[in-house]
Amino acid sequence: MPLTVQIPFTRYLDDQGQPQGDLPGWVDDPPLLLELYRQMNLVRLFDQKCVALQRTGQIGTYASTLGQEAVGTALGRAMTDADVLIPYYRDTATQLQRGVQMQDILLYWGGDERGSAWSAPAAVEDFPICVPIATQACHACGVAAAFRIRQQPRVAVTTCGDGATSKGDFLESLNLAGVWQLPVVFVVNNNQWAISVPRCLQSAAPTLAHKALAAGIPGEQVDGNDVLAVYDRVRTAIERARAGKGPTLIECVTYRLGDHTTSDDASRYRSAEELSEAWKREPLGRLQRFLHQQGLWDEAQEQRLHRELGEQINAAVEAFRALAEPEPSAPFDHLYQQLPAGYAAQRDQWLERAGRLAGGEHG
Amino acid sequence: MAEQNTLCMVEAINLALHRAMTDDPDVVVLGEDVGPNGGVFRATLGLHERFGFRRVMDTPLAETLITGIAVGMAAQGLRPVAEIQFMGFIYPGMEQLVSHASRLRSRTRGRLSCPMVIRTPHGAGIHAPEHHGESTEAMLAHVPGLRVVIPSSPRRAYGLLLAAIADPDPVIFLEPSRLYRSVRQPVTDDGQPLPLDTCFTLREGSDLTLVSWGAALKETLEAAARLAEEGIDCEVIDVATLKPLDAETILASVSKTGRCVVVHEAARSYGPGAEIAALVQEQLFHALQAPVQRVTGFDCVIPYARQEMAYLPDVESICRAALRTLEQAS
Repeated sequence: MPLTVQIPFTRYLDDQGQPQGDLPGWVDDPPLLLELYRQMNLVRLFDQKCVALQRTGQIGTYASTLGQEAVGTALGRAMTDADVLIPYYRDTATQLQRGVQMQDILLYWGGDERGSAWSAPAAVEDFPICVPIATQACHACGVAAAFRIRQQPRVAVTTCGDGATSKGDFLESLNLAGVWQLPVVFVVNNNQWAISVPRCLQSAAPTLAHKALAAGIPGEQVDGNDVLAVYDRVRTAIERARAGKGPTLIECVTYRLGDHTTSDDASRYRSAEELSEAWKREPLGRLQRFLHQQGLWDEAQEQRLHRELGEQINAAVEAFRALAEPEPSAPFDHLYQQLPAGYAAQRDQWLERAGRLAGGEHG
Repeated sequence: MAEQNTLCMVEAINLALHRAMTDDPDVVVLGEDVGPNGGVFRATLGLHERFGFRRVMDTPLAETLITGIAVGMAAQGLRPVAEIQFMGFIYPGMEQLVSHASRLRSRTRGRLSCPMVIRTPHGAGIHAPEHHGESTEAMLAHVPGLRVVIPSSPRRAYGLLLAAIADPDPVIFLEPSRLYRSVRQPVTDDGQPLPLDTCFTLREGSDLTLVSWGAALKETLEAAARLAEEGIDCEVIDVATLKPLDAETILASVSKTGRCVVVHEAARSYGPGAEIAALVQEQLFHALQAPVQRVTGFDCVIPYARQEMAYLPDVESICRAALRTLEQAS
């Protein structure tokens, strides 16, 4: 039986930044366009800095967002402060838009739990990034169910990669969101690769958005390298959910231009030709060309922007480096709200061992 | 004065759920068949009618999801009480318990927390189909950040469940299905929780300490009564909260009696009895009059109904273990 269901696909700017047909009215907003462009550049430069810090041993393993700047930037911008983000581990762009500080992100990847203890007002209820694949989709349904139970006009937004759509957690969550008509938006970053496994080995579904159909919810694709398309479709889905009209699955078709993480070497499993083809579709150049065409951007502005962002990033790195070590007792301080009495001896043993190691003794 | 009724354990659990939902609008109940059906054991009977579909939610048949949405709800400050229909079906939710519920507070250094309860029937002995008689509490008690609670009577089920729901951290509440309807007891609906992280001394004695929890306490108390007829005076401790363990009460008892027998239905190897025996010998090696004994389930797959009773610790096995500790020269 042929799979005849057509999934909508939205793209406003082609690879060259040329408008495809009529643009939506909201695009006539230069400050918004410039802000999106600025933010995507921040994400890319910060990402480069993170990789450099990992290579020089200043942070641990890091998952690059290279090539996916448009998805997170648009998504973070489309959410309101009332909404809650339940992110996966390649979501720096969204987190920065939510007000999470670069310093927090460096702390997280630098091996410090304080990196998820941020106090940014918009993000204070946001989940920390989720490493076990697709498990966060269930949390998003729980958050959305809480909004529904309390009758709050808020929306849960969760992200994942293409590999996550193969997991039961993801499918169970889509299913529940459909049955309960939850105010949740599922955003799939289809970057074509789950570490070394390509999209074609992940699913025989014609698109990942098709997975929404069995759950009885709308599914659609957008060009994930077109920030205008992502922003438009995600914002529509969020407002639809807020209005009580139920969940949406949006598959953002993009490409992971970097390795899976700094521990990976993608040249082992994908061709240089594929990568160089993907670079032609990357999101920053596309918006930049559009801004040039609109007379909103020039080379001098570009240079000034890079200088400003570089200073901003360097200041964040300095703040990260300057932060004092975590409290030695922290792993026990936050295990339970109140440490049970029976833990006192272990906590003392921990402090003794941690103190010895901090003092440079070994063995 | 609060009303007092003679209730079985499943009725006491139902009463506690009614009480918690009445007293706190953030308490919600979810799971398979918990709505109009009132749960397959009827623990949630009447909640749907009383509190409505917004707070009493039949979920799709998906245990990973049930556990995971409870995490999301709890992070929002609700107090979800999720039912997993049998402990044998808790395993799909283990990732959510181990990787999320138990560590959300720690991962965010207290920014988010997870005040949720998972209720599930525990243990064998009700001639149910396979996978319906698990006692795998050690798997859960091994996880830092969780609480694992198991009541042994209707009154304790009422008070401990109220405490579990009020607790600011995730609690796994194991309900011994063998005790659901076998014992009745007066229960006062006073809304008073019992303390967590605390053992209960059910019987005081001076010759040896019997340590157990859940349904196995029935046989343990019977063994203590039989031993008393022979002039052997047993102290019986109901552990009640397996994680975190109230070692102090157990150690105080064994330092008095010098002898300890741990009784549990769970498989022997790496079971909670091993932890308790290790604690006792670490702390009380010189006070012990005899090696700590264990009376447990076996390291075999739990048999189907025809042979399941042989799997469970029986009164005779407990008495023999007790006598072994007394035979040792002091």
